[in-house]
Amino acid sequence: MEKPFRRRDLLGIRNISASEIIGILDTAENFREVNTREIKKVPALRGKTVINLFFENSTRTRTSFEIAAKRLSADAVNISVSSSSVAKGETLVDTALNLDAMDPDCIVVRHGSAGVPHQLANVSRAAIINAGDGANEHPTQALLDAMTIREHKGSIEGLEVAIVGDILHSRVARSNIHLLTKLGAKVRVAGPGTLVPGGFSHFVEKGMTVVPHIEDAIRGADVVMILRIQRERQDSAYFPTLREYSIHYGLTNERLELAKTDAIVLHPGPMNRGIEIASEVADSSRSLILDQVKYGVAVRMAVLYLATGGSASH
Amino acid sequence: MKLLIANGHLIDPDAQENTGMSVLIEDSKVAAWIKPNEQPPTDCEVFDASGLLVAPGFIDMHVHLREPGQEHKETIASGCAAAVAGGWTSVCPMPNTDPVNDNAAITRYMIEQAEHAGLANVFPIGAITKSSDGAELAEMGEMKAAGAVAVSDDGRPVPNAGIMLRAMQYAKDFDLPVIDHCEDKSLSSGGVMHEGRISLLLGLKGMPALAEDIDAVRDILLAAETGAHVHIAHVSTKGAVDAVRRAKEQGLNVTCEVTPHHFTLTDERVEGYDTNFKMAPPLRSREHLDAVIEGIRDGTIDAIATDHAPHHHDEKALEFDRAPFGVTGLETALGLAFNELVHRGVIGLERLVEMCSANPARIFGLKGRGTLRPGSAADLTIIDPELEWTYTNADSRSRSKNSPFSGWKFRGRAVATVVDGRVVFKI
Repeated sequence: MEKPFRRRDLLGIRNISASEIIGILDTAENFREVNTREIKKVPALRGKTVINLFFENSTRTRTSFEIAAKRLSADAVNISVSSSSVAKGETLVDTALNLDAMDPDCIVVRHGSAGVPHQLANVSRAAIINAGDGANEHPTQALLDAMTIREHKGSIEGLEVAIVGDILHSRVARSNIHLLTKLGAKVRVAGPGTLVPGGFSHFVEKGMTVVPHIEDAIRGADVVMILRIQRERQDSAYFPTLREYSIHYGLTNERLELAKTDAIVLHPGPMNRGIEIASEVADSSRSLILDQVKYGVAVRMAVLYLATGGSASH
Repeated sequence: MKLLIANGHLIDPDAQENTGMSVLIEDSKVAAWIKPNEQPPTDCEVFDASGLLVAPGFIDMHVHLREPGQEHKETIASGCAAAVAGGWTSVCPMPNTDPVNDNAAITRYMIEQAEHAGLANVFPIGAITKSSDGAELAEMGEMKAAGAVAVSDDGRPVPNAGIMLRAMQYAKDFDLPVIDHCEDKSLSSGGVMHEGRISLLLGLKGMPALAEDIDAVRDILLAAETGAHVHIAHVSTKGAVDAVRRAKEQGLNVTCEVTPHHFTLTDERVEGYDTNFKMAPPLRSREHLDAVIEGIRDGTIDAIATDHAPHHHDEKALEFDRAPFGVTGLETALGLAFNELVHRGVIGLERLVEMCSANPARIFGLKGRGTLRPGSAADLTIIDPELEWTYTNADSRSRSKNSPFSGWKFRGRAVATVVDGRVVFKI
């Protein structure tokens, strides 16, 4: 289908370059200042329409996108579809075509099935932004994580990053692995063998290793990224009990001692306190979980701005 | 009524012929072969096959015609129209209709619908178990008497080895091959593509090659135990091809087929999440495709079958993990076989014809088919090996348009199809 106006989708981190990633992050830096003003609004997207199309429950991400759109003066419409298109009796393509017929400039989509943003991008004239698709990608999460890391570590290149937990079902892990390795970090992933199957050792061409124990990943790390145990996404038992998981794979102060003394801790939320992360770690000064949420608004402002035709900052 | 297929090049692997020869058809049988230096009869209609290949009618061992029950996807008539347009004179529909073809009445119904359509021959495959539920044996003897040529529970493979053992023991009494879609669902359940690097990259749940390998090995052990004829459907993994090769070396009665999409495409095609690349078994990685090609080259793989699986556009226009498995294939199979196998030198024309006619006829015991010896059924596939053409879904005769090959260019296709002495398709 002809694309009548210039548009830029953000379907994932995998298919964008390091310089595009840096362009988005630099643009986000510029928007951060807007969020500290008394009047938190700029006219950058005045007259533009953004649809937040959420097929999956989300509080944080949906609110973050909505605030981002409104601070840019876009008209934001939220659509929450509790069930899939199948249950509604409408095909995914029809849903997309109907929304597209209302001439939005941008559709932000979250869906429980991998690939839905790609499928919508094939039929839609509006720019498509992936707000999380199944176990595939969650690009704005990786971008806000990167912004948080840059804020505290200056640069990403050369950093040692541990990613721990349920890699198999995690779109956050996938987007972060792509982003961090593209920007030159050394990524070590660890978790139960059922959730970090051997195939992950070939996941990206370079920059990532799968290590057998969580301690091996954390030892000497600059950044420790803890993934959420997604009880809702697992269709069968990948580990015996939450109790056993927390004992063997949870991030405790003791385990965090293995990291560099100035290591920071990230978690994409929502946290299962006492399971993948101990409360004492989550509430410590090393934990930047609320910074991540804060930077999420600036990152999404940058993504919306660039997707609807804005130019990246340099 | 006489029809002379004049001046073509006849390839009949079963009769070990590969030579210039005219074929005289009288009523629905091959009456005689007429050498180039012999005088042909004059009281007959003539089809000029100069420059064309004349082969025994191609038999597709594995299709889904959706009738009865899912006529919005395909009917026996529309499926047969697609078949003859692709050069297939006979098709063997799997029993996963609604209701399941697990009794003689449905088997007969399918054959009658094919007779009404008057295009391709239809040789139904009956269910192994009632409703393909994997529990109680279906009435194989009655279905065979009604015209069934094999039994299979296809996409719902019998999970219980004990029941499969009994099915083989029982089917053997009726000389019915037992076809298995090898997939141990305890390993593949919930999967939507081949498990490997690409499935991890795309965040899609994988179906490991192991699920196919384990079931193939189980079936071969059961074949050794029972002496039954086991036919492995659509082999797609290195492990399954290797298992069949070993079984043949041991002299077991084991055969197998391959689909064109499995000898053409890899799992990398799933990038982009186009549901027309979703099928079971899934598109595998390069090492598996290479093993499949080697199995075709060395003769381990007996036949090419399409696994033609029509699905309505509305059913395929879904999330990748929710869309049904399957792609259409009747009209593209021959073009793909030429492009990927013949033109690349994997096999010659004689072997191609054997894989599409003589071998399927032998495996299913179709007497008087798969050859053009005088007295055989006058089913012919007439091929222009050099014809360049483009397939598009819009032009398909199938009711469904879910082929991944729309827009593909091919060299080689069937230009006419003759069934029971009648030209049922001609371009």
